[in-house]
Amino acid sequence: MSSLLSLSIWTPIVFGAVLLALGRDEHARAVRWIALIGALAGFLVTLPLYGGFQTGTAAMQFVEKAVWIERFNVNYHLGVDGISFWFVPLTAFITVIVVLASWESITERVNQYMGAFLILSGLMIGVFSALDGMLFYVFFEATLIPMYLIIGIWGGPNKIYAAFKFFLYTLLGSLLMLIALIYLYNQSGGSFDITAWHKLPLGMSAQTLLFFAFFAAFAVKVPMWPVHTWLPDVHVEAPTGGSAVLAAIMLKLGAYGFLRFSLPIAPDASREWAWLMVGLSLVAVVYVGLVAMVQKDMKKLVAYSSVAHMGFVTLGFFIFNDLGVSGGLVQMIAHGFVSGAMFLSIGVLYDRVHSREISAYGGVVNTMPNFTAFALLFAMANCGLPGTAGFVGEWMVILGAVKANFWIGLMAATALIFGAAYTLWMFKRVYLGPVGNDHVKELSDICSREFLILAILAIAVLAMGLYPRPFTDVMDASVAELLKHVALHKLN
Amino acid sequence: MIDNISWLAVYPEIVLLVMACVIALVDLGVNSPRRTATYVLTMLTLAVVAALEGVYASSGNTFYGFGNMVVSDSMGNWLKCFATVAVMVTLVYSRPYAADRDMLRGGEMFTLSMFALLGMFIMISGNNFLVIYLGLELLTLSSYALVALRRDNATATEAAMKYFVLGAMASGFLLYGLSMLYGATGSLDIGQVFKAVLSGQIKHQVLVFGLVFVVAGLAFKLGVVPFHMWIPDVYQGAPTAITLMIGGAPKLAAFAITMRLLVDGLLPLAIDWQQMLAVLAIGSLLIGNLAAIAQTNLKRMLAYSTIAQMGFVLLGLLSGVINGQVNPAVTENAYSASMFYIVTYVLTTLASFGVILLLAREGFESEEISDLAGLNQRSPLYAGVMAICLFSLAGIPPMVGFYAKLAVLQSLLASGQGIYIALAVFAVIMSLIGAFYYLRVVKVMYFDAPLTATSVSAPVDVRLVLTVNGALVLVLGLLPGGLMSLCANAIVRALQT
Repeated sequence: MSSLLSLSIWTPIVFGAVLLALGRDEHARAVRWIALIGALAGFLVTLPLYGGFQTGTAAMQFVEKAVWIERFNVNYHLGVDGISFWFVPLTAFITVIVVLASWESITERVNQYMGAFLILSGLMIGVFSALDGMLFYVFFEATLIPMYLIIGIWGGPNKIYAAFKFFLYTLLGSLLMLIALIYLYNQSGGSFDITAWHKLPLGMSAQTLLFFAFFAAFAVKVPMWPVHTWLPDVHVEAPTGGSAVLAAIMLKLGAYGFLRFSLPIAPDASREWAWLMVGLSLVAVVYVGLVAMVQKDMKKLVAYSSVAHMGFVTLGFFIFNDLGVSGGLVQMIAHGFVSGAMFLSIGVLYDRVHSREISAYGGVVNTMPNFTAFALLFAMANCGLPGTAGFVGEWMVILGAVKANFWIGLMAATALIFGAAYTLWMFKRVYLGPVGNDHVKELSDICSREFLILAILAIAVLAMGLYPRPFTDVMDASVAELLKHVALHKLN
Repeated sequence: MIDNISWLAVYPEIVLLVMACVIALVDLGVNSPRRTATYVLTMLTLAVVAALEGVYASSGNTFYGFGNMVVSDSMGNWLKCFATVAVMVTLVYSRPYAADRDMLRGGEMFTLSMFALLGMFIMISGNNFLVIYLGLELLTLSSYALVALRRDNATATEAAMKYFVLGAMASGFLLYGLSMLYGATGSLDIGQVFKAVLSGQIKHQVLVFGLVFVVAGLAFKLGVVPFHMWIPDVYQGAPTAITLMIGGAPKLAAFAITMRLLVDGLLPLAIDWQQMLAVLAIGSLLIGNLAAIAQTNLKRMLAYSTIAQMGFVLLGLLSGVINGQVNPAVTENAYSASMFYIVTYVLTTLASFGVILLLAREGFESEEISDLAGLNQRSPLYAGVMAICLFSLAGIPPMVGFYAKLAVLQSLLASGQGIYIALAVFAVIMSLIGAFYYLRVVKVMYFDAPLTATSVSAPVDVRLVLTVNGALVLVLGLLPGGLMSLCANAIVRALQT
């Protein structure tokens, strides 16, 4: 069926719109169930994609195309290849988890909260499947609105600052990208077709400008050092679900943009400036890893660790070999599971103690043994322990980096040590040792709903770690094609 | 000179004029404090006029009447149709507000609005300097009276005074500029002026001198920097219902006369007026956006935001001609982008002021940004409408305002001129600043705690129109193609003649 992508995009959005139209908090129970049904339906319609996906080809699949804005030759043009494919079910999956995770912690304006997440889910799937530059931009920008509201309404004490910072930082980047898109539209003789842009010959100066316009949009979103400063602020203030979606999916929009726009549209400029990208990525991996180590706030720590992990992704992309690029992609998916799980674990503690300070805990294992078992697994995945999802991507990127340049590989590999250090140190201070205080003494272990969420994520993390082939198989052909494309000169 | 065609060209205007007089008479016999009979008659008349214009517009015919004095073309007819609908919507939103403030004691609000609309019609269809000027004066004189409608209110009276003095000065500028052009070209007819200028036999300096005054007069009417000073004061001082009346539909007419004077009449001087518009646009974007940040009064903030938005319209207008060369595709794109911008801007303005009007109760104006605090808890629907409008004004997709900005930026970038590309980047940076103050209002509505717990009540007609209006801002954003081609077709036809 060729309308699968449309279904994946619009099912959650329609459910979300229905939720917004529903009344107030008296119906909170019904609202939660409708939200869950919507999220599940949204996830189920993405599953046939896996069955129908042809591996071994770099062609766009499940393509849909219809005229949208005739005057500007903008098409409703959807399709996925090996690069974007996995993010569609991943997004829908994380949405189900978020709806479940917010079941009890959100009591005010539940319909708007759930509606915002469902709409956000559809919009993000739209970003991953758009093959039309303008359609991509519309989805990419529209995600700001629900996220802004999620942070601002249900966030922490400093939420307003964080919401503004999030919105304005990412908007600035996107606006420069808009100029680049319009430029490409004019250069290509009036087309917004991304795949046509891949073949467009461009001069070096044009490529350089385009590269930096895209860089502005995507580096902020990823976020790369030094434009990462919004991320810790936002994570600290955002509600648990917001942090999870932000880390698991939204950051991937930026990394995905590099693969879909920067590399193939401006390959010469990408090679020219790869040193900069690699340099910034290494700074993110090493320096931000060190910054993470000194954090006192758990969410901030995981937020910095996200920056470091996303540094691996961009590093992988800009060493231009298939191990690096597919490693980056695998890392994106793995980080989606692991960081989502990390933020949800913090949420579990926060719901009970209402503090994210590491020092407010200690010896949680004594009162919450089941929970601690999951937390340990996720912590291990975050350090990249073999057998977990976190390992595969990092290992591939390091391997790719060593192939390209030994020293880059070595630098990247040190990050594994830092990653292990800050994650395990946090784990020790929060979970191990004697019971820290009265709050911890009164903690109750996770309920069956929380168990279910964490168990699903744990299975995902292990499955991906033990058998990553379904992921790499899907991407191989598209990554090879992309690299072939990047290796070509398109200077005219 | 006056033949059947002539009557056909002004047929809707005649209906409007006759009905305005009839309604003024009927109103003498109406006693109800809410003026229901007058209101219903006015709405019916406007509906008929809007339908007439709509039919004219869709037929796509162009014809001239009264010896080329007036023109009925697709662009003008659509603008008139939209202006009529905008006035209708304004009246729907305004009636409860005006009734609470004793502004309906006489039926003047309705008749003056109709005369103002008639003025806009004449401006829009004028094909002659004098006719355009007459229309402009009819509109502005009615507007002065409307602003002063609350005789007992000091701020409204002060606003009316400022509006009158500055408006009169602007009219003076425009008239002076037009007389210079008349002196130079020997004609008041736009077509004749165009030919005369094109012939190249007229001293360039004289033309440019006249042009400077014309542009200054237009800038006053559009409210762009540095002729913007009256906008914040009048927007803030006038009763909100009247602010909407002067800030909504008349923008369409102002766009029309700019098109007629600069594009239809003085296109050969494009290189000269482009530079002037560029300066005006830069100033408007800069000052409008920066000053808006500092405002605590919502109406004043929206006034500065208007100034900034008009800067974008000017950017569209100036990008139509490259190095004095008219390239049909580029030119048509640029002007239709401007028209699309102004139409969607009016649509958004209507909804945002509609919400402000709805929140205002007797003795309470709801003018401060903080008055919107927690609106989402009191009424998610109206908060949603307002949020959609604000995101649209900020140019965030999928609201219609995004496509308006996109179209303008596209026409700037399509020119391939370095200076235009720089202008586009500048406009983009300014709209980022703009996003900040629009977001601040969203923040107040959604993140702050409400000051009162009372939910917002509104008459059924207001509710309905406001919901449709807000939904349109979103729906036109999802499907902007239709309105875009409508504007493009209208502009193509207007340029052909």
